[in-house]
Amino acid sequence: MIARVTTADDTSSELNLRVNGTMYRLRLDHRTTLLDALREHLGLTGTKKGCDHGQCGACTVLVEGLAEGLAEGPAEGPAGGRRVNSCLLLAVMAQDAEITTIEGLASRDGELHPLQAAFVERDALQCGYCTPGQICSAAAMLGEAAAGWPSAASASLSPQAGPVTLDAAEIRERMSGNLCRCGAYVNILAAIQDVCRETT
Amino acid sequence: MRLFGYLVPPDPAAAIAAVTGRPGAAFLAGGTNLVDLMKLGVATPDLLVDVTGLLPGRIEPVPGGGLRIGAGVRNSDLAADPRVRAGFPVLAQAVLAGASGQLRNMATVGGNLLQRTRCLYFQDVTKPCNKRVPGSGCPARAGDHRNLAILGGSPHCVATHPSDMAVALAALDAVVHVEGPAGPRALPLGELYRLPGDRPDRETTLERGDLITAVDLPAPGFAARSAYRKVRDRASYAFGVASVAAALDVDGGVIRDARLALGAVAPLPWRARTAERVLAGRPATAEWFGRAADAELADAAPLPDNAFKVTLVRNIVVRMLCELANGELAHGESAGAAS
Repeated sequence: MIARVTTADDTSSELNLRVNGTMYRLRLDHRTTLLDALREHLGLTGTKKGCDHGQCGACTVLVEGLAEGLAEGPAEGPAGGRRVNSCLLLAVMAQDAEITTIEGLASRDGELHPLQAAFVERDALQCGYCTPGQICSAAAMLGEAAAGWPSAASASLSPQAGPVTLDAAEIRERMSGNLCRCGAYVNILAAIQDVCRETT
Repeated sequence: MRLFGYLVPPDPAAAIAAVTGRPGAAFLAGGTNLVDLMKLGVATPDLLVDVTGLLPGRIEPVPGGGLRIGAGVRNSDLAADPRVRAGFPVLAQAVLAGASGQLRNMATVGGNLLQRTRCLYFQDVTKPCNKRVPGSGCPARAGDHRNLAILGGSPHCVATHPSDMAVALAALDAVVHVEGPAGPRALPLGELYRLPGDRPDRETTLERGDLITAVDLPAPGFAARSAYRKVRDRASYAFGVASVAAALDVDGGVIRDARLALGAVAPLPWRARTAERVLAGRPATAEWFGRAADAELADAAPLPDNAFKVTLVRNIVVRMLCELANGELAHGESAGAAS
């Protein structure tokens, strides 16, 4: 593991954040969450601040390598980043990790991520404020299901079950960490189901 | 939020020394509860000692057939582990019944055990709370207590422990490994928590600088026939109103042994030993399941707005035990969908 910072009395740290493939070097007050670092310091305002308490999911981003710091290494898991609430992750905890935000989901030539295209096609939003979090969360959820992670809606916990088929009940349960106050759930579900059908 | 230092020590010993030597220091793991409490002004550490890179992050078999879960294992990895799903379905279900996909990716096993109550008064620094400010009083008994304790509370505090995972661990006779300034030790999960009494601010038996490093699960035995059921105010992503972790060993219609723990109804994950004693050797029938639940709940001291929990817990216990006895919650099958 890379030795990280600081002396106990410093209240800020110099740190590296790798976001959407670009490395940024910042000095941040330790109180800065990853969400505020993205929005206020890096100008990446696609990630939204809703409740700021981990209850709404608007701040969801993907983080790869957060678990890599663990002694003895992480367990096998889904490919790609893991979805987290960036409002509850201090920016200092995210150094050395690979962070993907909604700005990094589309390909470099501007082609939308299949989930982005599906949300547009299905009109899966009203005000759009929760949408970046919904899409980042759904992107990671597809990886979790492909890796065979069960959910509270899964009919079986059997380890032999293999990749999970995402029916409506599974998607609703797995997406419950993302609230939509406009109530666009019907079309959010339809958009995600479209992508599930394309990829299976 | 108060200014704070942030330290990533090279090893657990240095982390323990850093927290032991500084009254304002706190260990930081997943942060899903601590960072939130800091935003609310409830927790005000002046130094965070990040132990996420120091704690074991793997689940390993132990001699005799049990599992050792590193305290740094994320909830999502715990619930996905094939050995946990097959041998301890109650634990996988409990973890999957808690929080959201995002939070489970962050939260760790050690942190989950030490998360604080979600009692509204505890989380609101403008209100009195004996847990947050000893001696300041408890507005809950005459105020909003619909989701607070019916068992184990005191005149000073009726807050509930919010963990789902810990309820399953209580039923499974889990053992908690701790390292601290006095060296390493292991204690049954039941000895980790204290009842509030007149000191609700003292929630555990841990001393300053004690760090949970792992949790052991004994060999599965009949834990494979186990399940967790959580009742809450919405279908997903909400703290429990009441939950039950149960395991049942039935032979020829007679209960050989049972494990029962209740969640969201007490200041700690509530192992229902009175009910277990009633069940041992009795016919595996709804009548006896009900008698066992009644025996456990005889000491319940509900408040006006949470008296419904007594009936609710009884009903969940009877239904779950019936399903376990009938094999409807077979090996590795989920009970979570119904909640």
